[in-house]
Amino acid sequence: MSDNQKVDKTRRNLVVATSVAGGAASLGAAVPFVASMFPSERAKAAGAPIEVDISAIAPGEMKIFEWRGKPVWVIRRTQDMLAALKKSSGLTDPASKSSQQPAYAVNEHRSLKPDVMVMEGVCTHLGCSPQIRSAEAKAEMGADWAGGFYCPCHGSKFDMAGRVFRGAPAPTNLPVPPYTFLSDSTLLIGEDKKGA
Amino acid sequence: MSSRLMALWDWFDSRMPTVGEEWRKHASEYYAPKNFNFWYYFGALSMLVLAIQIVSGIFLTMHYKPDATLAFGSVEYIMRDVPGGWIIRYIHTTGASAFFIVVYLHMFRALLYGSYKEPRELVWIFGVLIYLTLMGEAFFGYLLPWGQMSYWGAQVIVNLFGTIPFIGETLALWIRGDYVVSDVTLNRFFALHVIALPLVLLGLVVAHILALHDVGSNNPDGVEIKKNKDANGRPVDGIAFHPYYTVKDTVGVIVFLAIFCIVMFFMPEMGGYFIEHNNYIPADPLKTPEHIAPVWYFTPYYSILRAVPPLFNSQFPGVAAMGIATMILFLLPWLDRSPVKSIRYRGAYWKVAVATFVVVFLVLGYLGVKPTTVWGQFGFDAFFLDTKDRATWAARLCTVLYFAFFILMPWYTAKDKVKPVPDRVTM
Repeated sequence: MSDNQKVDKTRRNLVVATSVAGGAASLGAAVPFVASMFPSERAKAAGAPIEVDISAIAPGEMKIFEWRGKPVWVIRRTQDMLAALKKSSGLTDPASKSSQQPAYAVNEHRSLKPDVMVMEGVCTHLGCSPQIRSAEAKAEMGADWAGGFYCPCHGSKFDMAGRVFRGAPAPTNLPVPPYTFLSDSTLLIGEDKKGA
Repeated sequence: MSSRLMALWDWFDSRMPTVGEEWRKHASEYYAPKNFNFWYYFGALSMLVLAIQIVSGIFLTMHYKPDATLAFGSVEYIMRDVPGGWIIRYIHTTGASAFFIVVYLHMFRALLYGSYKEPRELVWIFGVLIYLTLMGEAFFGYLLPWGQMSYWGAQVIVNLFGTIPFIGETLALWIRGDYVVSDVTLNRFFALHVIALPLVLLGLVVAHILALHDVGSNNPDGVEIKKNKDANGRPVDGIAFHPYYTVKDTVGVIVFLAIFCIVMFFMPEMGGYFIEHNNYIPADPLKTPEHIAPVWYFTPYYSILRAVPPLFNSQFPGVAAMGIATMILFLLPWLDRSPVKSIRYRGAYWKVAVATFVVVFLVLGYLGVKPTTVWGQFGFDAFFLDTKDRATWAARLCTVLYFAFFILMPWYTAKDKVKPVPDRVTM
């Protein structure tokens, strides 16, 4: 359009108004599509607590349970393992200040009972599941290795309380889920005492 | 052509002249520099691989089931029971790696001859978008066999988004559609892999080629052939794309397909690099495989991710470094201040920088497929050694050099001594 042609202001305003309204309507139409990708009601309902029997776990052994699709580890630690925790050095967050756990797990052994360790086997770096490496794995893990966990994805190392060593990509210790003892041999994972 | 056929063409052409016009514009009268060399095969080959992937993908979709309980079995069903199923799947898996090989070589060509420089910045930007989309396409496709590597690869990559401050958790939840990678995730990745991203990819390829044909192709001398035209307005150093380059590319296609077939028939897994061994184990959400590494084409960036230590109790810096490592490619046309396009007429600074970059990229790629303990540990202790793994420190050095290549580029390309560029292309 050449400059000397007069623009009909009313028509131009109408075109702008229609475009704005149409654009807003298109954005509105995107909402259900974006919303449809969030977890469905069925996915949300699958997060109930689980009751597990831990009587068969011998000292030094570990058992894996599934809670909310994630692996939850229950480890019955030996006296040696607990003693090794005191000697863990070079930890990123030794007192679990910036890690995720219930208040009753903020202690050196990160658990309700010192021997029974409950934690999510999900690396805080990018969600892989670390693997147990006993104190015998010194050849692979280095001479000062006292037993713990190793993440195969990006090389993070944790001690027997799930505390991360420095120099690894994981920023915080392994999370501890809420749990409570229903008896000496049964554990409820996913719920605190106050809710039980 | 017989007169009857000519008459039929005339009938068609008078009703829909666009077809003939576009053919002339993009093929029979598109003048490309006459000095294209070996490196100029890879654009056409990328298009060929795209076609191969689309066709083989369509046929795989006919037998594959995007359901967490059925997916792994349906892939085995394709391999064992579907007539010709194994060859179609191996075409698709070999094609995936071949795609990245030809695209990496195509991008390296652009780096050698300055094909991203003015006036081809948009060609380059569309190209980088194609590369990023291709990464997404490869990632979504990799989940579909629902093997252990599929599952844990997806878990890690979705969690990369989870580390973004403030919105990360919600974003990761939105991508997964569940609290962990699950059937829901598989179902949507299937949709994205077979329809959403292929459409985006096709659109970007069209934009890439249209942008290229508007400004014209660069060449190994980095000379603008449009500056030197004959009486008919044709570049004197140009030859028609068809038949000259269609015939030349056909030779490349034959050699490429021969190599492709050797890989596909005799080494479709390529020693675990094209198809990882752990992916023959069905996905197990409770157990991460002993050693996991992404497929080879992601490993340079994966190494960068792994090399950066967490800062302020957050793993985001590593993720950000990885993201920036890919995004920085967009800025290349503006980081390069050299008055000269082709490496043939550039000075020592540029040659050293490019050579270093290639070595760094390959070392990062190598370290990415190996565990961090691959080169052992340092025998001494020091306050700055947060890890004694030698490979981690090597990856850190390479990460610094990777970024230095880009960040220092405005300086060393401006300082570099360049040679005079000829007026005409050389053969």
